[in-house]
Amino acid sequence: MADLAVRASELVKWFGEGEARTYAVREASFEAYFGEMLYIVGPSGSGKTTLLSMISGILKPNSGTVRVEDKEIWRLKEDEIANFRLNTVGFVFQDFHLFPRLTTAENVAIPLILKRRNWNESIQEAMQYLEIVGLKGRAHLPPVKLSTGEQQRVAIARAVVSQPDLLIFDEPTASLDGDTGRRILDFVKKNILSENRCIIIVTHDSRIFEYSDRMMRMEDGKITEASKGDLHEE
Amino acid sequence: MIGILKLGYKLLVNDKAKFAALLVGTAFAVFLIVQMTSIFAGILEKSSSTVINIGAKIWVMDPGVTTPASSIPLPGYVLDEVRSVNGVKYAVPLYSGASLVKLRDGTYQAVTVIGLDDASLFGRPELVEGQIDDIYGENAFIVVHDQEFPKLENPKIGTTFELNDHRGIIVGIAKVTISGLFGIPTLYTTYNRAIQYIPNLRYTISYILVEPKSKEATAQIKEEVKRMGYEALTADEFIGKIVKFYIYQTGLGTNILIMTVISFIVGLSISAQTFYTFILENLEKFGALKAIGIKARELIYVILFQTTFASLTGYGLGIGLSSLLIAVATLRVPNYTAKITYFNLGLAFIMVLIIAGISSYIGIRKVIKIEPFDIFRG
Repeated sequence: MADLAVRASELVKWFGEGEARTYAVREASFEAYFGEMLYIVGPSGSGKTTLLSMISGILKPNSGTVRVEDKEIWRLKEDEIANFRLNTVGFVFQDFHLFPRLTTAENVAIPLILKRRNWNESIQEAMQYLEIVGLKGRAHLPPVKLSTGEQQRVAIARAVVSQPDLLIFDEPTASLDGDTGRRILDFVKKNILSENRCIIIVTHDSRIFEYSDRMMRMEDGKITEASKGDLHEE
Repeated sequence: MIGILKLGYKLLVNDKAKFAALLVGTAFAVFLIVQMTSIFAGILEKSSSTVINIGAKIWVMDPGVTTPASSIPLPGYVLDEVRSVNGVKYAVPLYSGASLVKLRDGTYQAVTVIGLDDASLFGRPELVEGQIDDIYGENAFIVVHDQEFPKLENPKIGTTFELNDHRGIIVGIAKVTISGLFGIPTLYTTYNRAIQYIPNLRYTISYILVEPKSKEATAQIKEEVKRMGYEALTADEFIGKIVKFYIYQTGLGTNILIMTVISFIVGLSISAQTFYTFILENLEKFGALKAIGIKARELIYVILFQTTFASLTGYGLGIGLSSLLIAVATLRVPNYTAKITYFNLGLAFIMVLIIAGISSYIGIRKVIKIEPFDIFRG
């Protein structure tokens, strides 16, 4: 059995108060392990992104606990949570959120720069990761000059450049065509996933389900299924 | 931290349109502020030209005097009393008045006439033509070669004119440190000739110029003169009194202040609005930085750095532009007066810091509120 990367217990998150209170996540518990690619799937509004945010130190739950690598993250102070996100988690956002005024290499180097690494060293290291994602030749270009698939790869390079143990992908194929989406996931599975890393992907794109090691389905804020085979059949 | 600030720098300057707008806004505000205050400083300096050009250390006058041009004549005995004060090395009378000169073409021209003490000629200007001793010659006057000189038909040595039906003759051409404020030529002569040529009240001494035996004697002289019912001011104090008069009693200060405030508001509006737009456009990116792990205080440093950098660059540009314009205008525009002082620069700098501070505050408020979760939620 692989080591435990994430343990979420009884997570509850609601928005609004009084009659306006809406539950986004209801008593969600799950575990994720190093070396696996865990999918959280479900329809829009089912609470996938909210759950993802709570386990990555972005959104504080109303109740419940999140333990990542033996750290109870919501007991950490504000600065410690920022450090946790910087050192332990890598994010690939749905819209990539690349900086159009920076070069591709500078975009990838951002987590290293935030870690107060030397600028030139950070760029050099970013170049290595751009080489891994096959974009070294485009390092000097701004992201807007790249195709959507290439931008996705830049976002992946940025997420992994600081070698985080936990990688979070939010709808990674939402803006990609089927072939590109599959190529990206195939690349992630072969080159990014390792036995020391856990990748959690939120998606409702069934075209990429085949790359998962395990899946969880969410509906109305609850985890309704947590198996692999059944969901692969969809 | 340098890397994070460099990131902020690149985000700012690579957005060329916004960065240019920020620079233009700040530089324009600084340009206007420096122009306004420099012109004011130039006017104030000219208003004190008599004090600066004569160069006496202590000036004795009637307490009612507000500017050199509005002298209130002192009785002759005051001169003797001042001379008898312990600590006075010497004291001489000075005449300062206005009159009309009839030129050779029959037209009249207003002039300022300075009458120097006959014995010492204390306060005499530096001559560029002629000999100072010629001032003792019959009907002799020395003309100051400044911007107003042509109004006397560019006189040469030997040029004659009429002053109150007296004949006058130019025996020397002088230069002074600063020309006067009121746009009229200046003539120097001896004290006795001045009071002889120009109709006067009962008393004729405009000011008593005092040289103290030592710096320490100044306080005692001032005290003694005060006891006589008059006022003794050092040159700097007299200039300060003149400046106060122009600032507070002529409306000049208020008008310049209003223009300076308007310049500040214009600069603030352009800069703050542009920076706010810059923040709004990059809000999601700042949110992404927060999600990745930048700390709130680091984000504040980035924004402070961006506004400070843009403001100081704009400040430099504004100062450069102002200096260039003032230099060109001084050479090309007759009677243009402007002087960039450390006070002007300091005032513009403080206003730029306020612009930077307000722009930062607006940006920081917005960025601090953005939640990384909003980035996830889209």
